[in-house]
Order: sequence, then C-alpha cells, then structure tokens
Amino acid sequence: MAWRIINKKCIKCGGCVSVCPFAALELKENIIHDEKLCTLCGICEKACPVEAIKVEK
Amino acid sequence: MIDVIIIGAGPAGTACGKMLAENGFSVKIFDRRAEIGSPKRCGEGLSESTQELIGKIPERCIAQKIKGARVYAPNGKYLDAVLDLGGFVLERKVFDKWLAEQAIKAGAEIQSNTFISSLIKDDGYFTGVKGEFMGDEFEEKAKMIVCATGAESPLRKQALGIFSQLNLIDSCLQYEMSGIEIDSEFIHLYLGNKLAPRGYVWIFPKGKERANVGVGIVPGEKKPKFYLDEFIKLHPELNKGSIIEVNAGCVPVGGLVKDMVTNGFLVCGEAAHHVNPIHGGGIKEAIGSGQLAADVIKDCLKKNDVSKKTLSKFNDLWWEMRGKRLRNVEKLREVVEKLSDEDLNDLADALKPEDLIEFSRGSKLSVLAKALMRKPKLIMLAKNLI
Repeated sequence: MAWRIINKKCIKCGGCVSVCPFAALELKENIIHDEKLCTLCGICEKACPVEAIKVEK
Repeated sequence: MIDVIIIGAGPAGTACGKMLAENGFSVKIFDRRAEIGSPKRCGEGLSESTQELIGKIPERCIAQKIKGARVYAPNGKYLDAVLDLGGFVLERKVFDKWLAEQAIKAGAEIQSNTFISSLIKDDGYFTGVKGEFMGDEFEEKAKMIVCATGAESPLRKQALGIFSQLNLIDSCLQYEMSGIEIDSEFIHLYLGNKLAPRGYVWIFPKGKERANVGVGIVPGEKKPKFYLDEFIKLHPELNKGSIIEVNAGCVPVGGLVKDMVTNGFLVCGEAAHHVNPIHGGGIKEAIGSGQLAADVIKDCLKKNDVSKKTLSKFNDLWWEMRGKRLRNVEKLREVVEKLSDEDLNDLADALKPEDLIEFSRGSKLSVLAKALMRKPKLIMLAKNLI
C-alpha cells in the first residue's frame, strides 16, 4: 500500500490535484501528498499526463 | 481588513481584481507561481472578440494572428472554420503579465510566489487565508475570498466540494517546437480516435517555424506522450524541429458546477470548470466569469452582505449567460466522442466550415443532428442534440 511520485518525471502541472476527490494533493514547489486524506483510489495516477504517479494497493 | 482576497492571478483572478479595484474596493491577488503566466498550461489560442471584454491586446502579447481553425477529419480532409474577426496565438507569459498590470493600474495589489495553504472560517463565513511568502507564513483577512486558482488547487474542494471527475478531464501534453514548418494562417486541429481518443491533436502556430504542438485525450491506458510522439513522427514538417518547452495539464471538459458560492466565498474561472467542453479553451470564459463575479461581489459588499444567499446571484447570472450554452457544448462533446473515424470523415463531407464555429458556441446543434441522422445507427445518438 503506497502512493509514490517520481519527481524526475513530474512536470508540476497539478493535473493530479484537480481530480483528487479527497483534497489529498496540493501543488507547491512539488506535489504534496497527505496520506491521512488519501484513499489510494488511483485516480491521480490515471489523470497524470506524464506517468509520474504510482499507486500500489 | 481588506475587502477582497483573490487566490490566483490568471485571467479570471486579474479580471475580477481589476473590476473590483476600479469600483474602489481594496483587493489583494495572490499567485502560487514565481512568475505570473509561467509555466503556461495552455495552447495559447484566443478569439479576437475577447477584446470586447479587455480592450485592445498589445502587440507584444501576440505571437501570431490567425484567420481561424483548420479542422482535419481522420482521413485528412479538412474544413477551414474562419472566424469573422480572426484570432490570436498569444505569448501567455507576456499576456498574463499585461492582464496583471491592468489590475495593478486599477488599484489592485498582486503578490506572486505566494502559496495559500488554507482558508480561515469564522462563524460559518470564509474570512481569510493562511499562506507562505518566501518561506514566511502569514495570515490575511478580508470580507470576501475569491477562488480563481484554476483546477489544480484543493481549496475549491475544501470550500465547495468541487473537484474534476476523471472522465470529465482531458489529460494533455504539449511541446512548444521550433525549427518546424507550418501554415501560420490557421490553428490546426486533428480529430480521430486513433490520433487522440475523445480529444484532438493541435498545432497553434507562433510564426511559420514555431508552434505549440499538443494533444489532449480522455485518460486511458496510453498516456498523452504516446499519442503526441506518434503524431510528430508521422509529420516530417514537425519531426525535424526541436522541443523548446514542455507543458502538461488536465483540462476540465465538463462538470459544470451548479453552486459556485458559499458564505464569503466564490469560485470562478477554470476552478469552476468555466471552460469550453469541446475545445478546452478557457481564457475568454475565465475573463468573463471573473468580471461577472466582480459585478456581483461589488453589489454584495455595498450591501455589506456576502452571505451565500446574496452571492448566489452569481450562480443565476452565470448559468443564464454562459452555463446554458456551455451545457449545450458539453452535450455536443458527449455525442462527438462516440463517433467513429468513419463517422467523422462523413461529417467532414456533410458539414460546412461555418457550422463548426456555431457548434463550438453551442448553437445550431440541430444541423449536426440532421447530418448524423442520415445514418440509421446514429439516430439515437443524434437525438441527444435536439
């Protein structure tokens, strides 16, 4: 069970933030992930245009 | 305490801030980015008619003047949808700063590189923000908060429960390319289920040798990079060029929001999904919605009443002026995404170029319905347009 971002791939567009139904992501200098709010639903991984997010259930 | 805090100095936030400042209200606009307008998350196309809202756009903001859109069916046949007044491909980094300066001249204050971490709520009303500027935390209070963050902020979810559904965004990747060869009189839009499932590939020229080349697709197995690279590989006029900038993002193509206000809080622009659902264009929508927001907020502030009930005039006016039309465009998008490549090819023969412009505005959808109904298997689908 893990949410992981590959910062080398991430382009900081915030696409993942816009689709998160739980407000568990934020865009600052990097993507900030709140594991207390995250349900590992994987929607952010599907939306990401550059395959920078990996969600393992 | 100031009158209004606006979060986001894009087209919606600066339009709203400018108009409020012109009406004598104290306005502070915060933007997350170190440089306003950068990085762009946009193809940079804009219709000439946007100048009705913001006045004449200075030449330095414009990379290319265009006549309209050349729309390609999967078989390569194209229609030239010429806009009456034409349009522009902008330099967003210059354009957005110009918009910001207009707001500043009107009396608004703007602070970039400022991260808003949370909203402050007192007695059921949003009354301020907590943020960070250059590593220092701060609090700022206001009578009213406007959320013009674009879609990529959790604040709209925290205040109003708004987020973009996965099936209602297009996942996009764009290269700004140089050293290519392109017909710069038109923006070029390529449709096709193999090329770009649900979305399209675009080439927005910035001169004859430079362009934004991008793709937007419904999120699926393959990512936008696959489709964009495939397209470029097949086009020699593009694959000899270089990539001078990479942009990505998710654009809302639907999910229009019924309720965009609560006590002391209003959401406008892309954050409220004020984007054209068929082509994903959002600059003009954002400016219009920011101005409308300002118009409603100034009346509310004059009455010293920023309750949800009073602010809800924004819902009523926006839905009357824009929502109904954009809902029609969303219906159009829902129909077009179900068409096969063969259907799209046939439409290119059946339709006139000027029809495409009307459709993108949510008008004359019955013309499309009629064209689709020539095929018995599409009759049910076409009925959704009437």
